[in-house]
Amino acid sequence: MEEKAIICKELTKQFGDFYAVNKISFEVSKGEIFGFLGANGAGKTTAMRILCGLSYPSSGTASVAGFDVYRQQESIKKNIGYMSQKFSLYENLTVLENIEFFGGVYGVSRKEIKERSNDLLETLGLQKESRKMVGELPLGWKQKLAFSVAIFHRPKIVFLDEPTGGVDPVTRRQFWDMIYEAAASGITVFVTTHYMDEAEYCNRISVMVDGRVEALDTPANLKHQFSADTIDEVFYQLARGAKRSAD
Amino acid sequence: MKVLRFILQKEFRQIFRDKTILAMMFVMPTVQLIVMPLAMNFDVKNVNISLVDHDHSTYSQKLISKIASSGYFRIISSDFSFKEALMHIEKEEADLVVEIPSGFERNLVRDGAQKLAVSVDAINGSKASIGGSYLNTVISDFNAGIDINIRNINKTPSGVIDISFRNWFNPMAEYKYYIVPGILVLLLTMIGGFMTALNIVREKEVGTIEQINVTPIKKWEFILGKLIPFWVIGMTVFSIGLVVCFVVYRIVPEGSIALIYLIASVYLIALLGFGLLISTYSDNQVQAMFVAFFFMMIFMLMSGLFTSIDSMPTWARIISNLTPVTHFIKVVRMIVLKGSGFEEVKTELCYILAFAFVLNGWAIWNYRKTN
Amino acid sequence: MKQLFVFIRKEFFHVFRDRRTLLIMFGLPVVQILLFGFALTNEVKNAHIVISDNSGDVQTLQIINKIRASSYFTVEESVLNYKAIEKAFRRGEVKCALIFPAHFSEDLKHGGKTQVQIIADGSDPNTAKTIINYLTAIITDYQQQSSSSGLAYRIIPETRMLYNEEGNGSLNFIPGVMALILMIVCTALTSVSVVKEKELGTMEILLVSPFKPVLVLIAKAVPYLVLSFANFTLIVLLSVFVLDVEIKGSVILLFVESTLFIITCLSLGLLISNATSSQQTALLLSLMGMMLPTMIFTGFMFPLENMPWIFRMISNIVPAHWYFLIIKAVMLKGLGFEYIWKETLILIGMTIALLGIALKNFKIRL
Repeated sequence: MEEKAIICKELTKQFGDFYAVNKISFEVSKGEIFGFLGANGAGKTTAMRILCGLSYPSSGTASVAGFDVYRQQESIKKNIGYMSQKFSLYENLTVLENIEFFGGVYGVSRKEIKERSNDLLETLGLQKESRKMVGELPLGWKQKLAFSVAIFHRPKIVFLDEPTGGVDPVTRRQFWDMIYEAAASGITVFVTTHYMDEAEYCNRISVMVDGRVEALDTPANLKHQFSADTIDEVFYQLARGAKRSAD
Repeated sequence: MKVLRFILQKEFRQIFRDKTILAMMFVMPTVQLIVMPLAMNFDVKNVNISLVDHDHSTYSQKLISKIASSGYFRIISSDFSFKEALMHIEKEEADLVVEIPSGFERNLVRDGAQKLAVSVDAINGSKASIGGSYLNTVISDFNAGIDINIRNINKTPSGVIDISFRNWFNPMAEYKYYIVPGILVLLLTMIGGFMTALNIVREKEVGTIEQINVTPIKKWEFILGKLIPFWVIGMTVFSIGLVVCFVVYRIVPEGSIALIYLIASVYLIALLGFGLLISTYSDNQVQAMFVAFFFMMIFMLMSGLFTSIDSMPTWARIISNLTPVTHFIKVVRMIVLKGSGFEEVKTELCYILAFAFVLNGWAIWNYRKTN
Repeated sequence: MKQLFVFIRKEFFHVFRDRRTLLIMFGLPVVQILLFGFALTNEVKNAHIVISDNSGDVQTLQIINKIRASSYFTVEESVLNYKAIEKAFRRGEVKCALIFPAHFSEDLKHGGKTQVQIIADGSDPNTAKTIINYLTAIITDYQQQSSSSGLAYRIIPETRMLYNEEGNGSLNFIPGVMALILMIVCTALTSVSVVKEKELGTMEILLVSPFKPVLVLIAKAVPYLVLSFANFTLIVLLSVFVLDVEIKGSVILLFVESTLFIITCLSLGLLISNATSSQQTALLLSLMGMMLPTMIFTGFMFPLENMPWIFRMISNIVPAHWYFLIIKAVMLKGLGFEYIWKETLILIGMTIALLGIALKNFKIRL
């Protein structure tokens, strides 16, 4: 049997009578690029925060990299990488210092950090900027750097929360090349996005509407199922019925 | 342990990168420590008096010259009426008005007693009451010196009680010995409290805390990583402060410096824990700062820095005892001025230790990586 | 104009959303007034003293009873040597020791002279002085009463407490607290509100809007003006109803002058916000940097006359100092505008200067 990276069953997060995430169930296989779609306020980020161990679920079960989200959050954290919607490297640290810090807290040895960061800077073409403050870099570079830092410690799964927001098309393309590369090296990628063309790059996608997963399949199957030409259309058909207004 | 080293490296880098904040942390307290005690002087030297002499007699002249020569007072005006003299008080030029009624000398000699009208500006609290009591001393001295009285005393020898007094630890009763160590503590408290209160909340506001929370960093590692750099800075500020005390005010601790450092180090831990606690509860920097400021204000007023704790009502003394600053100010004063040893300060040390444990424990408990 | 109102409303929402800061803003004056009013005093009460009576005769007992009867002291009697006194001082339990020598009465009767010794813990010089004064007064009093003749001729000073017949201690600090709270709260909040927009980058959005930059600043300042005004009213109400302070002068004049001072503080806040680039710096500057200097240079805790001349000069450029004088004159002494026009002019001048620099800088930034 194929090993599952993420298993979710009836996962629910409730704030008062508001169901941010309402009984969602899905599985993500190892090495898969899993797209997590939904309008603003549909519950994507909340679900992702639970899977990352940042938030407790209200009910249901879920395991990430084989660890339980209720009791083993710290074990989960050792095995995942995370890149949040808000840019989250330290702006007042240099590129190298950021890499060193985040590598260090995941327990990568100093020697390893040095070797890997050299490679990383080379692939990103950031050698000259390595001693620049991250705050001075253009957004596109920041995002690529943030992604590289998120997978620097070679996690089993990486969670990306709208990683390409506000980035130009060329950089987005490069960003997705990086995602493919990561997936090829065996890292499971769990990504939320607003860009429907990006959804096409995923192995499988799920669409969340009002806290529920309304559709889940490969992009091709979904287009077929909704008799649409593009994922955009699929998404529109599903999201149109949403009761929650976007924030 | 290895992880902690990475965290520390990062924290130190961030602190040393922001030169404005760094300068503020070191320069502001140093300057304030040099300047403030010069300004904080309760010694009332020049009480300004407006005189109204309706009598113009020998005795009234004698009394006036006695007042003028006492050294406490400065006679700023001689007026013809009380109304004119009052103007000087209204304009804040005078602190009290002494009005010698007409018939002053005559009544004194005939009746053996004469009243003298003293009006003090009772809004200027300390000055008014101290000036009033100085004047009373001068007048009773004057009474004893009236020649008729002197003859009387000599005729009937009743005993004289000679009161001698001494001020131990501070023979000249100089205020600076009292206030300087207190200010040092206060400044250290402000630096430590404000800086740490702002720190975690800043990461919250910027969003980097999310990134930290998703890493396997342990809670204690994170808190310790935040504590240690500010602890080092706090101890440095404290050391600079001690040097300033010596260089500027010639205050050398009577007691053991090692003991001061021991207690200062525990105190700083308690204090930083307090800052972190505020930090974990606040949503943004403004909030953190205002909450910290609120408590700093209470700390400052209740710590016995300016006013004696013994004189407070019971409820206020309880609050005062629940204030870490109170205990540290007390200890620093004891060691610096009186040379108290470990035996004498151990109760206070226990208090501070308790604060350190409770505040930090609370901060760690309240900091949630998952919520 | 309509745009301006919309903008001001947005700023109000901003301010009211942060309940905790709001709570602190109004909690500060309440706590300060309560503490100053009921907890803090410059007087000495219940000071622990030790009396070592080596004589134990009628006269020493009489004196000791007199001392016990006063509310200033908590008396403990024991025979002590210097070593023990020093130890008690070191521990901080005792503030003063009073020592009667052996044969006190006999010496007094036969030799006509005897001695008592007061040893005070000088590490707290104010308390020490006060205790020594009280003790000396009690003993002198005793002596005067007991000596058969007394003084034949005496001048008795009759002291009148001007403006404050009941000796209400609150009057001493109310004006100071007002100045301090308004100064700190207004300045800090205003400075942060602008810097925050700078830090988040939203300031630029505001500046490219068809809005005049001056209007942006006005819109930012108005909510804090209103809040500070409410804060001021709260302090006045607390003083009147909790601390029994009587407002002697014109209430209208009081409010007008306070509004002027609030505007001065807002201008200072704007200036700080222009000079700094992060919230952290602005906050540290306006709170930590301003607290002690305001307390000191206003003149309400420590008499300005005692300070070196340079400090007196500095106090002249501290707005709170002038406001303090105004409040004292109007609220407590009941004086009219003719007594404070000079102070008022100075405050107006300062406000114009601060605002001018702030606006100029603001435009340059554009």
